[in-house]
Amino acid sequence: MRTLRLMWIFFRVGVMGEAAYRVNFVIQLFQSLLGLLTALGGLAVVFAYTDTLGGWRPDEVVALVGVYILVGGVIGVVIQPSMEALIEGVHDGSLDFTLTMPEEAQLLVSIQDVDIWEVLNILLGFGVLGVALSRLGEQVGVLQAAVFGLMVLAGGAIVYAFWLILATLSFWFVRVENILVIFQSVYEAGRWPVTLYPAWLRFGLTFLVPVAFAVTVPAEALTGRLTWPTGLGAVGLAAALLVVSRLFWKVGLRNYSGASA
Amino acid sequence: MTGLAGVYQQQMKTSFAAMLQYRAALVIWLISQVLDPVIYLIVWSTVTAASGGEVGGYTRGDFAAYFLVLMLVNNITYSWIMHEYEYRVREGTLSAALLRPVHPIHADIADNLSSKMISTPMMLAVAVGLGFVFRPTVHLVPWALAAFVPAVALAFVLRFLIEWTLALAAFWTTRVSALNQTYYVALLFLSGQVAPLALFPGFVQAIGLALPFRWMISFPVELLLGNLTPAQALIGFAAQVAWIAIGLVLVRLAWRAGVRQYSAVGA
Repeated sequence: MRTLRLMWIFFRVGVMGEAAYRVNFVIQLFQSLLGLLTALGGLAVVFAYTDTLGGWRPDEVVALVGVYILVGGVIGVVIQPSMEALIEGVHDGSLDFTLTMPEEAQLLVSIQDVDIWEVLNILLGFGVLGVALSRLGEQVGVLQAAVFGLMVLAGGAIVYAFWLILATLSFWFVRVENILVIFQSVYEAGRWPVTLYPAWLRFGLTFLVPVAFAVTVPAEALTGRLTWPTGLGAVGLAAALLVVSRLFWKVGLRNYSGASA
Repeated sequence: MTGLAGVYQQQMKTSFAAMLQYRAALVIWLISQVLDPVIYLIVWSTVTAASGGEVGGYTRGDFAAYFLVLMLVNNITYSWIMHEYEYRVREGTLSAALLRPVHPIHADIADNLSSKMISTPMMLAVAVGLGFVFRPTVHLVPWALAAFVPAVALAFVLRFLIEWTLALAAFWTTRVSALNQTYYVALLFLSGQVAPLALFPGFVQAIGLALPFRWMISFPVELLLGNLTPAQALIGFAAQVAWIAIGLVLVRLAWRAGVRQYSAVGA
């Protein structure tokens, strides 16, 4: 409850900060739509020559694109800006201020910066998903929707833990923001079902950079492809990574000496 | 002229030193340049496998050759100037460059050339490695092979001029990200990075002929792979030269107007 209230406060601060720059809304809207157009354009070219791609029908891949945009929005709203702010804070010592606050520091650090316009991507993702599912004519039952929600949560948790581990590396190494760039370029690979890729690349996209769990697995849940081992594996990995990232944070913090103080 | 050569020599020496300091950044940049063509290669390989071994005249091996050569040409012609100019204008670091007695574009060309000297051998090694995985089919035509070298050189000049001109938009607005993204989307489709242009519907191909994007990447690729007739190759060279001429005029106009606009924020 307290966590949610804090998140709400940070979100409101984000809104207040951005309210002065309303043109940014139009720009973000334009860029989100352009991103969607790019994804759909690529699909249009490919599906002009085939009916299914690795067993996925066109509308199913569109649903996957919806999940891709949706999860990308979740990452963009809070995970990415906060983790970038954390790295910056370790660099210039402004993390000191966060640490002195009377709240759990990991929580504060994880929600410290909110990019509200990225919410547009979440809405757009839901929209694309809705259109794709209605075209598939599939009745999404309560159970299926719940499993999808759970898979998005697990995927989100895995991505969050992954970013936190990378960001805490800044306690030891100076230049880690480059590693975050890798995530962005690798995340683009998630626009296609990872089952398409050869084994070596699929392994990388599943465990080195968890794109598979973030995008393909939730989309599998919606299109009736999810198997029990994969679903349970996603939840298990999410739990394990959350614990590991917590350890990284604790040990890293002990290494932090405050650059400015 | 020896003066300018000296400037280039010195500038390249400096950027070499700077780049060797940031080796990790080089590797990361390499990953992003490699991943995109590889993904489209895999997608198209899947499509060919599903539709009887051939899509629009391209076999699996043709796609492999196409995307691996495309990766190399993209690396050679790539510039990052559009990402950087906004920072230069906003932070006022451009002011120092303006004080030098040579046009700032020379420093950027030298920077770009020296980074390509490091990245091209790396990309070649990656391409050879990926060649063992994806098994491209290559049938080289001698005249096309000879024509490939000037085609890539012209493609580099053209892309650099166009991107340098667009980068100057930073003089008028600090929100260049939307413009940059629009440019990159057009480049993605019309320069053949998603698929060979021959696989697109007719009207997209017609647009592709009229705009500069095709001549910056996909033209040299198709030339090397022997997909073009001599007449088509000549049309391509003519288009490249014409667009370079237009680019030269645009660079001059935009630069003059931009510098007048510049007020050295933060300097």
